[in-house]
Amino acid sequence: MSVHVGEAASALPFPEAAKKLVANSQLRRNVRHATNVIRTKRGRVVAEMDDWEQLRDAGKAIKDHTLAHLDEYLLQFEAACTKAGGQVHWARDADEANRIIVDLVKRYGSDEVIKVKTMTSDETRLNVALEAAGITPFETDLADLIVQLGEDKPSHIVVPALHRNRMEIRELFMGKMGLDTLGYQPEDLAAAARNYLRERFLRVKVGISGANYLIAETGSVVVVESEGNGRMCLTLPDVLISIVGVEKVIPRFEDLEVYLQLLPRSATGERMNPYNSIWTGVTPGDGPQAFHIVLLDNGRTKVLADPESRETLDCIRCGACLNACPVYRQTGGHAYGSVYAGPIGAILTPQLQSMEHSQTLPYASSLCGACYEVCPVKINIPEILIHLRTKVVDSGHAPLAERLAMKGAAFAMSKASRLSLAHAFARLGQWPFNDDGKLDNLPGLLAGWTEFRDLDAIPAESFREWWSKR
Amino acid sequence: MVISLFITCYNDALFPQTGQAVVTVLERLGHTVEFRAAQTCCGQMHYNTGYRHDSYTLLRQFLEVFADAEVIVCPSSSCVAMIRDHYPKMAEQLNDPALQARVAAILPRIFEFSELLTDKLGLTDVGAFYPHSVTLHASCHGLRSLHLGSKPADLLKQVKGLTLIELPDADQCCGFGGTFAVKNPDVSAAMLSDKLQCVLGTNAEACAGADNSCLMHIGGALSRQRTGVRTVHLAEILASTEKSS
Repeated sequence: MSVHVGEAASALPFPEAAKKLVANSQLRRNVRHATNVIRTKRGRVVAEMDDWEQLRDAGKAIKDHTLAHLDEYLLQFEAACTKAGGQVHWARDADEANRIIVDLVKRYGSDEVIKVKTMTSDETRLNVALEAAGITPFETDLADLIVQLGEDKPSHIVVPALHRNRMEIRELFMGKMGLDTLGYQPEDLAAAARNYLRERFLRVKVGISGANYLIAETGSVVVVESEGNGRMCLTLPDVLISIVGVEKVIPRFEDLEVYLQLLPRSATGERMNPYNSIWTGVTPGDGPQAFHIVLLDNGRTKVLADPESRETLDCIRCGACLNACPVYRQTGGHAYGSVYAGPIGAILTPQLQSMEHSQTLPYASSLCGACYEVCPVKINIPEILIHLRTKVVDSGHAPLAERLAMKGAAFAMSKASRLSLAHAFARLGQWPFNDDGKLDNLPGLLAGWTEFRDLDAIPAESFREWWSKR
Repeated sequence: MVISLFITCYNDALFPQTGQAVVTVLERLGHTVEFRAAQTCCGQMHYNTGYRHDSYTLLRQFLEVFADAEVIVCPSSSCVAMIRDHYPKMAEQLNDPALQARVAAILPRIFEFSELLTDKLGLTDVGAFYPHSVTLHASCHGLRSLHLGSKPADLLKQVKGLTLIELPDADQCCGFGGTFAVKNPDVSAAMLSDKLQCVLGTNAEACAGADNSCLMHIGGALSRQRTGVRTVHLAEILASTEKSS
């Protein structure tokens, strides 16, 4: 089994990727504007809920309970879905999932598929596998269409094209759709996308979707969305294939009550999603007459095995932590080198795939706690970041200079007498950099600090020296 | 009341004037301040950067030094947050029930400086005079971990001569984050730049806060950009009187 998350294995370390992105003023403006709009809307609709904290507790409790009995609920789902006419496939990793889906599309004799927002298929790089097999995938979610046409990568788990503004999208549509003129109002862009997509909805015989929830007791699959393109993708084709992470299962139909309140308010600041699609197997004469579901592990059971971080799998992919994160708000999603960006990506990607490819991600946070504050299922992301940092250090992946500095500091702090000596050494060591009481051009680990900020010289007398003379 | 001062390692070395100000305020209020010279560091930097084993040693040392202290004050919200949020978890990680009990026993006796004044001593007016316009930076740990809320502002509002100007986007991190500023200097600088715009937009003479680590970060850029705006720890404002200022 080999776990990979999109192209994260070959991504740049976070600080290097971020350095390029923070220099892009248009991108920063786009990300700032979009996250501000969503945060404001979220704040408004969350504030009107008297029982928001209780809902968060319930959301967390249901997920924690389900994860503790994941094997049972998955088997219950499989039985119920199969009974209703669905066919359930199990995939250990991304390659196995892609192979199952490519074989299915071929079996139904199609060389094209329509897709509705499935991040899990970005995780498995399904489009690459489909194209390699001669199958053309058409993304139908508006933002995913923008990303696909632009040969771009998603930068947000709910709003994948958040890094693009209207003018950029207009230009892209004109070029890729062969349009001579196009207005720049949102309605103009939506109309262009509608014309482009509608023909494909009616023509293509196989649809591929993700899912927000699987319901164990009924075998139902749930997709919530805002555009209606999802509804068409889920109902018009002859064959529907859904690819879903194993952590998406919830026990009962009535548990949806909690998540259908938490998710839209957290994700897009809406009270309810405009389109909530729930289907159970196959209904003769109505909708797709063949339904397949691929249940994907791809490292999830490995996350489940770690008691200090398994709550990562509680995530309902609302993206609130991205919008709240002051780091994400500066860099956008591409800095994280993964389909999962922002704080949740910084804990999910390194856990799913091998740590060596993403050891800078747990450090891509100032631990400000804004993510934990907004998380609808109360995932303590800062605590998990610290846990993963410990794993980086314990596995010997921390930089040598940092390890030495930390060891030195630990030695100095282990006794007050050593600390006093360290003060004296530091005062002595700073003189080459001391420019009128300000330290400048410091070397090594502190170079990044003095590149942007002054640092006051160490005072001649420490507090403890002052106190001892009192 | 005898109040034991936990100065914290970086205040000890880099901001002795903050410790001196805490002593001045508490003695002016009639309390006795003690300083236990064996103290060093809470272990936050090591713990947050992934050097958990080194932080265990510092946890034990902290408990050793302050075991019998009646009331402990610390002029740093992030160090208090480290102790309050993480010491119980660390003791649990070490699987040491005796240590867990000692941590549980010490927690109710530790106060961040503004908590000590407002919650423990029930004061907002400490007789300070500071004839300047000031804006207030709420550190993330003060805001989201200690839930200091309006406590620092309540204290500043009672200072004679002081004009408090609200800081826009006060809930946004300044980009310090301990080793984050060193490991991710470009993103940290971008965050800092936003914070600076907010601070400068207030037109205040000084940016105050309850955490010298954030203030060192913000102040470093204010100084580098020659803005003429300074940073000042809350305790130093409260220590200032008509005689001393």
